[in-house]
Amino acid sequence: MNTLSRPEIGERLASAGYIADRDLSVALSLMQMLSRPLLLEGEAGVGKTAVAYAIAAVHETELIRLQCYEGLDQSAALYEWNYQRQLLAIQARQGQDAGGVEDEVFSEKYLMERPLLAAIRQQKAPVLLIDEIDRADEEFEAFLLELLSDFQVSIPELGTITAVTIPHVVLTSNGTRELSDALRRRCLYHHIDYPDVEREARIILARIEGAGAVLALQIARMVEGIRKEELRKVPGVAETLDWAAVLVGLDIADLKDDPEAVHETLACLLKTREDKARFRREVTERLLGRVA
Amino acid sequence: MSCCGAPLTPEESSAVARLVAEKLSAFLKTLRDNGFSVGLGEGRDAAALMAAGYAEKPGLLRSALKHLFSARRSEWERFDGIFDAFWLGKRVRSRSAVSGNAGPGLKALEGGGAKGGAVSDQVPADGGEGAGGGEGRMEGASAVEALSGIDFRKLSDPADMARAHDIAADLARAMRTRLTRRDLARRRGYRIDLRRTIHGNIGHGGVPLDLVRRRRKEKPLRLVMLLDASGSMTPYTGLFLRFMHGVLDAFRESEAFLFHTRLAHVSDAMKERDAQRALDRLSMMAKGTGGGTRIGECLATFNRWHAARVIHSRTCVMIVSDGYETGDSALLAREMAALRRRCRRIAWLNPMMGWDGYAPEAAGIRAALPFVDLHAPANTLESLAALEPYLAKL
Repeated sequence: MNTLSRPEIGERLASAGYIADRDLSVALSLMQMLSRPLLLEGEAGVGKTAVAYAIAAVHETELIRLQCYEGLDQSAALYEWNYQRQLLAIQARQGQDAGGVEDEVFSEKYLMERPLLAAIRQQKAPVLLIDEIDRADEEFEAFLLELLSDFQVSIPELGTITAVTIPHVVLTSNGTRELSDALRRRCLYHHIDYPDVEREARIILARIEGAGAVLALQIARMVEGIRKEELRKVPGVAETLDWAAVLVGLDIADLKDDPEAVHETLACLLKTREDKARFRREVTERLLGRVA
Repeated sequence: MSCCGAPLTPEESSAVARLVAEKLSAFLKTLRDNGFSVGLGEGRDAAALMAAGYAEKPGLLRSALKHLFSARRSEWERFDGIFDAFWLGKRVRSRSAVSGNAGPGLKALEGGGAKGGAVSDQVPADGGEGAGGGEGRMEGASAVEALSGIDFRKLSDPADMARAHDIAADLARAMRTRLTRRDLARRRGYRIDLRRTIHGNIGHGGVPLDLVRRRRKEKPLRLVMLLDASGSMTPYTGLFLRFMHGVLDAFRESEAFLFHTRLAHVSDAMKERDAQRALDRLSMMAKGTGGGTRIGECLATFNRWHAARVIHSRTCVMIVSDGYETGDSALLAREMAALRRRCRRIAWLNPMMGWDGYAPEAAGIRAALPFVDLHAPANTLESLAALEPYLAKL
């Protein structure tokens, strides 16, 4: 595996269209150097998953994603035997040497890879994104810890499979459940906050075609103001981008030109009834006044 | 920290290496003193990082070590201050950075944050046992005896208050483990899972020798807590917030509300793992004191806007209030009836109930009582501990 220097990582992040804060390139170079997984935490919508995609772009490799949920178990995360085919094979070979049949049905051909197994069997180290690890059960977390330290999987019928390459592992957590200290300690930790106005404006410029610098900055300021209001669901970066796309689609180049449209399109940002009710026209106007 | 100039002789560089190693291990100790859990592996990696050129610029080293050593948000945020104080000699109050800055109202809670170490530091002074961290649950129980009979109002000494808060947190933690254990023991399979059975028995040529049973997916019990934060409840509010924070942790699904003259949804603040930070956030919202309590109106708001979302068939609603209603008690009765229809259980914890000669005669509580499954006192730690069997049975 060729290692990238820190400035290189920064450049590649930028060319991948990810507007990173300074710390992130340090985190990525540490990941490479220490072969530790990276644990990303932050509010929903700050772009945790986007980081994993950016890392995949930096290393020019593919991304394998494991979405965690309550009840996720090994057979959905690691491997599963294709037992329908196994049964067929057994029936087709009825009367033959039992040992031979067994070897046959427990061979690679009947093994179905799930994300974790797939990730350690790639020729080029992929990025393994374990998304929302806090949703999985504690048992799964313990199992994952073992996998992340040994990078080998033992399948009773087949033997031990050792990693061909060590993937770049990224875990994200939303804080649904507290993660174990052991897992936290194994990982590098990076906390992502909502981007500041300047960075958010740059993100809008990079992602939304046709957005002017003035509009991007206004949107970023406006969103920053909205985040400071007491809302039940604070809008994330994805919502900001939606809103920017809508405004660009409506041919608005300056928020002051059309306060009416601004208020009406706030639906992109406010996702609960209470928030919607709270955000009366006066509130929008007050925020707009501050932005302008 | 820059090592420029003439190249070093081997003796010099080994001396430098020793100095750096000593300094690094002192830094690790500082971090551990500040509640970071840093192992040997991290220390080794840090040394490797410094050798690899990360020590050239303080900013770079700080960022690198921050990723390596911090493991949660609170640590992430405190790290820079500790680093600067240690390596750059800036006058940062590292100790006060640790205990956080509590609002004046909740000063007594300081130091009793989520860190187990801080909790057990205080309790053994009286309790005797010195088991540390999350294992020391029994010490809470022994200290409970010393404090158990004292009404929360009569705890005036800040140290006593702090201890009571710690015990409330311990109690909540103990309940959590008990509840979880019971929950696990109940999970037994009852139906055969054909898919997995066939799959598991391929080795036997498809003859189902080992049966695989399907586990029932239980709808988890949800706990909704409504805490009265009005003026008359002031002596109890801080403690109940702490208790609430601990107990809510026990339930996979839980929601928390505060009310005085209006209702506030505080689940998000409660989800803050660090009890100190959660309380900081809440103490702001809890400051609705002075005015009266409009329980009825708050319940109406709850029923109208939140109930459909937060209540399902297996929900227990726990109301902590003294029942002094300044609004319309007929409205309270109506809303209680509506709530009753929706949820499985309503428990009403009343701090006044433990007082001598108290009878539920206030109009508010009289209106509400017919709809309540459990009306229990909650003015001492003993009474809080007595709730556990009830919660476990739900």
